[in-house]
Amino acid sequence: MDLRFTAEETDFRQEVRAFFEKALPLDIRRKTALGQRISKEEMLRWVRILHDRGWATPAWAPEWGGTGWDAVKQYIFKEELHLAPAPEPISFNMNMIGPTLIAFGSEAQKRHFLPKIARMDYWFCQGFSEPGAGSDLASLRTTAVRDGDHYVIDGQKLWTSTAHHADWCFVLARTDPAARKQQGISYLLMDMKTPGITIRPIVTIDGHHETNEMFLDQVRVPVANLVGEENKGWDYAKYLLGHERSGIARVGISKMRVRRARQLAAQAMSGGRPLIEDERFQERVAEIEVELKALEITQMRLIADIGKRQDGKPDPKSSILKMKGSQLQQASAELLLEVAGYSALEFDPAFVAGSRSQVEGDDWAMALAPNHYWARHVSIVGGSNEIQRNILAKTVLGL
Amino acid sequence: MDFDLSDEQRMLQDSVTRLLAEQCTFEQRQAHLAEPYGYSRALWSQFAEMGLLGLPFAETDGGFGGGPVDTLIVMAAVGRSLAPEPYLASVIMGGGLLRDAGSAAQRAASLPAMAAGTLTLALAHAETPARFELACVGTTARQEGGSWLISGSKRFVVSGDSADRLIVSARTQGAANDAEGISLFVVDADAPGVTRRGYRTQDHGRAADIRLDSVRVDAGALIGVAGTGLPIIERAVDVAIAALCAEAIGVMERAHELTVDYLKVRRQFGVAIGSFQALQHRAVDMLVAIEQARSMALYAAMMCDEPDAAGRSRAISAAKVQIGKSARFVGQEAVQLHGGIGMTEECQVGHYFRRLSVIEILFGDTAHHLRRLARSGGLGDA
Repeated sequence: MDLRFTAEETDFRQEVRAFFEKALPLDIRRKTALGQRISKEEMLRWVRILHDRGWATPAWAPEWGGTGWDAVKQYIFKEELHLAPAPEPISFNMNMIGPTLIAFGSEAQKRHFLPKIARMDYWFCQGFSEPGAGSDLASLRTTAVRDGDHYVIDGQKLWTSTAHHADWCFVLARTDPAARKQQGISYLLMDMKTPGITIRPIVTIDGHHETNEMFLDQVRVPVANLVGEENKGWDYAKYLLGHERSGIARVGISKMRVRRARQLAAQAMSGGRPLIEDERFQERVAEIEVELKALEITQMRLIADIGKRQDGKPDPKSSILKMKGSQLQQASAELLLEVAGYSALEFDPAFVAGSRSQVEGDDWAMALAPNHYWARHVSIVGGSNEIQRNILAKTVLGL
Repeated sequence: MDFDLSDEQRMLQDSVTRLLAEQCTFEQRQAHLAEPYGYSRALWSQFAEMGLLGLPFAETDGGFGGGPVDTLIVMAAVGRSLAPEPYLASVIMGGGLLRDAGSAAQRAASLPAMAAGTLTLALAHAETPARFELACVGTTARQEGGSWLISGSKRFVVSGDSADRLIVSARTQGAANDAEGISLFVVDADAPGVTRRGYRTQDHGRAADIRLDSVRVDAGALIGVAGTGLPIIERAVDVAIAALCAEAIGVMERAHELTVDYLKVRRQFGVAIGSFQALQHRAVDMLVAIEQARSMALYAAMMCDEPDAAGRSRAISAAKVQIGKSARFVGQEAVQLHGGIGMTEECQVGHYFRRLSVIEILFGDTAHHLRRLARSGGLGDA
């Protein structure tokens, strides 16, 4: 047993860090550090820089552009990305539809889509949730009816984040209305330019437009865009959600926030003295650091366990990472808010959205309250923390 | 990174776990507690035969050259069975201190006998005014001719009532809170002037408050150089905390198993209570707390050999904070999920709760270690 990184892993970290220092554009770095949202243009610019280096899709199979890094190197890469701080390439592309097509797509689909997904020539969004299908995703009611060489999709999707930027959408729709709940669902790739798609923005509590409602009215999708077999879509989606969970702890994001909180607290004043000198504040920071260290090691242990599993399935214990990881993302967002005090209270959604860069107020603090609100979403998306507890109770505790 | 145990370590784990499963069941333990020392001398001899009592010492000192991971394995098994034997106090803390700081003569006088099971040690350091502050020592030692005279009072010496030898800290210069000026001495527990008040502890273990009235020891009793004892004590306590963290994992794991088993068999409203989501989620939160604690116990085991003392202490404090929080939570929830039966003396889970409550306080509680960590700058990105 040895919990230390090997010399090779430490060298790798240096290489990654040096690359981010050189290659991450300053305007994008500044925005990420201030907690502003990244525009479509900025995301594409950054992903293409990564892509040119061969690092846009590290976790993919090497024949489709992956790096072949083991799980520890992937972890190091992601942590350095968050610490840079750099935006994380869109998860829908890199962590979800890419791996799904590699596992279940046809040869033609792989050849056509994967290179465009990796370079984000196609920006994908996810058409899973519906007004009546949140945690109980399998109760979704959107239908896809076969009509010659096409499926005709009708229904309504909800929480379709970045649909207003997206070129494509991976959609779950019911193809066999008679089948039992989890069966009879198919997985389709839908071109967002197809007639019949209406996007309506949803402004979230942080004052920002990131997510949407999506109405589908007689949307015709070629049969060639069915992923895998008809009525097997639930299995593919489950695979993908498990895939998403194994990298979900996002320790690097929380670490970056705590690091920044320490820096800002050296300047923010309290009673005429720097806040960082306040013992209670120091203890609050230390407490989060302890939990983060524990989570980092827990993540490494689970990665090692998953590597040993014969079936290649994600370990159900990875739900622990989702739960604890989201709690710490929230705790670290709260910590930053606490540092800012009054400075956080001026509300300027244009600054948060990133469309305004210069403000008269405290630019270092202005996005912190909205980010605290937005951080609530991490314990809700991708299977809420309560759903994760259900999974753990059933699979690990046998209750 | 590598989390695998070696073949030898797996064998160690199997044999210790089997020994305690056979020789220290809940009922056997009750009988052991009633023995004169508060633990089973017969089981202690079996520890010796298995090589556990010399495990962390060098072969030249009669030991087996085991490392922190071996200690972690033994302590986790001790925790699972709530074994009251003084492994932590005698082997890890007392023996560990002599291993790291004792002269060849001091090691030869104690470690082989300890490995053989014929001698136990205890570290008599804490004092009432100090609470958990290691530098706060009011006991004094002054030189007289070729010997030292030690006077003072020591508080909560774990397993101190049955120990054959004590390692006593005393101030040879400076004021009560000075980091400099603390010295360590090996003192026979039955030396003239040593008065011990032994007592049962909350977890059914044993401890002693010890008074020293002009206890005379010769020059060879001094460990290391006079006045430089604090770093030795700090290291010994850090090593002990790492072992205590490992023990806590065993205690929490077993408390959780007992609880989940109970949820499956206890029926109310016509169903097993484990079918209720409110209880399922609480059992899962216990699991998460244990996994986080397990990670920090591993971290503590890795870092207790760290040469940079400041980095080592930060890591150990961080681990104790996590273990303390998890121990409180898991112990309390285990009783709550058992309901009324969990409140009874005859139900096992309460005994686990009591040990966890002691672990939270021992060698500095959560608040103490959080303050120590925060004052030293936190973990940062370490």
